[in-house]
Amino acid sequence: MLNAEKKTCKYNEQLCKYYEQFKVYRDKVLALSNDSLEKTVAVALALCLVCAVLVSLATVALRPLQSYNKALDMKKNILDVAGLLQEDTDIDAAFKERIEAKLVDLSTGEYVDGNVDEYDQRKAAKDPAQNELIPVDKDIASIRMKAKVAKVFLVKNGDQLQSIILPVNGYGLWSTMYGFMALEADGRTVQSINLYDQGETPGLGGEVVNPNWRALWKGKKVYGDNGEVALTLVKGTVDTSRPDAAYKVDGLAGATLTSRGVSNLILYWMGPEGFAPFLNKIKTNG
Amino acid sequence: MDKETKKVLFEPLVDNNPITLQVLGVCSALAVTSQMSTSLIMAMALTSVTACSSAAISAVRNHAPSSIRIIVQMIIIASLVIVVDQILKAFAFEISKKLSVFVGLIITNCIVMGRAEAYAMKNPPLQSFIDGIGNGLGYSLILVMVAFFRETLGSGKLLGFDVLPLVKDGGWYVPNGMMLLPPSAFFIIGLIIWGFRTWKPKQVEHNEFKILSIAHGEGGHH
Repeated sequence: MLNAEKKTCKYNEQLCKYYEQFKVYRDKVLALSNDSLEKTVAVALALCLVCAVLVSLATVALRPLQSYNKALDMKKNILDVAGLLQEDTDIDAAFKERIEAKLVDLSTGEYVDGNVDEYDQRKAAKDPAQNELIPVDKDIASIRMKAKVAKVFLVKNGDQLQSIILPVNGYGLWSTMYGFMALEADGRTVQSINLYDQGETPGLGGEVVNPNWRALWKGKKVYGDNGEVALTLVKGTVDTSRPDAAYKVDGLAGATLTSRGVSNLILYWMGPEGFAPFLNKIKTNG
Repeated sequence: MDKETKKVLFEPLVDNNPITLQVLGVCSALAVTSQMSTSLIMAMALTSVTACSSAAISAVRNHAPSSIRIIVQMIIIASLVIVVDQILKAFAFEISKKLSVFVGLIITNCIVMGRAEAYAMKNPPLQSFIDGIGNGLGYSLILVMVAFFRETLGSGKLLGFDVLPLVKDGGWYVPNGMMLLPPSAFFIIGLIIWGFRTWKPKQVEHNEFKILSIAHGEGGHH
């Protein structure tokens, strides 16, 4: 022990002096009565310092890994809704190859420039500089505010547009559900829906993530003959012989309010307040 | 392992279980037990936090001023919980998403505070560490038992594998939706406590008062 201390002294004389000094103070503090004011303050300060260093170290050291996980998770959600996710998919590579992110001005439906990679629509929806409040009578999905600019994803197959992925959100029973909706290149046929972030009742409303239920959406039509949003959830099972069966999806058993929330979310985001202007542009451009 | 260590480590499993006997930490036992995978991770997180915080608190116990004793414990526990939360977010992202706020809520888990106050403040660090592990394991045992019933009966699965084939997938089992809701854990924990106390009658609490028989007329009626 003594040797080791001498050794460090050899290399860091100044540091060693500080340490000696520190030891004197430390012993003085430790010798104080536990209930004296000085000791109380000293213990509180020292403890806070140690804990603060510990917590900051953990956060700073692990942050790169965490943000990578978050980004990877989002990419996974997008690939999933695009139908490109298999067990062994290399997520980064597949995303880079097939998917292009674009920013869209929701009111005009035009593409806008900006840093696509950095843009976070969910953050923007809460930022007064980038969002707008939705008037109560138009707030079908009960989300109160939305970002002015949306981040959409185009799935390409070579040069051809294969599908369009739109971010959607809306209130269910307990929680705001966030998800992606994939439409085919015609901008009216559903390819898939993926409500990746929701806090609905597990087993009931939480079944929005059930692959069997999600599979029911494929091929459903969003817009009716007059261009209005016609896609809704119905109670029970859809009777396929109905003429409007293409506009109906089975509701979730035992989750009336979550089902209503999903219907409202579609109604809002596919409507004129949501992506209808953008989808119309895509349609006219072919 | 000497006898004393064994006692500290294994007593909290059945004889002095934090959930069934001390009735601590029931809140999170209700919340995270709808699936086995989340229960296991929660159990590990809580066990490591209880063990490390007990050891750390025990190490400073002789210098902790009694006026800020609880705050000292809370700061240590809270820091460890944040570290565990950060580690989960970095290395077990999927699970940390499912556990969401409940990892953060380990801070208020009564077991951690309870062991700090009842054991770590009076015993040396190593023993406190083992006591933390033991109580963490006692909590884990109940969590796993509850999760086993809730996941199999509620969704016909266990750790994601099909155990009871569901009717909607062409099987015969109609899942019990209530098992997926937190109150069902109350019933299961209640049944477990009943089971434990039948097995070990010593755990049955004595009445705090004695009911007088009316025949002797010593009651309060005039």
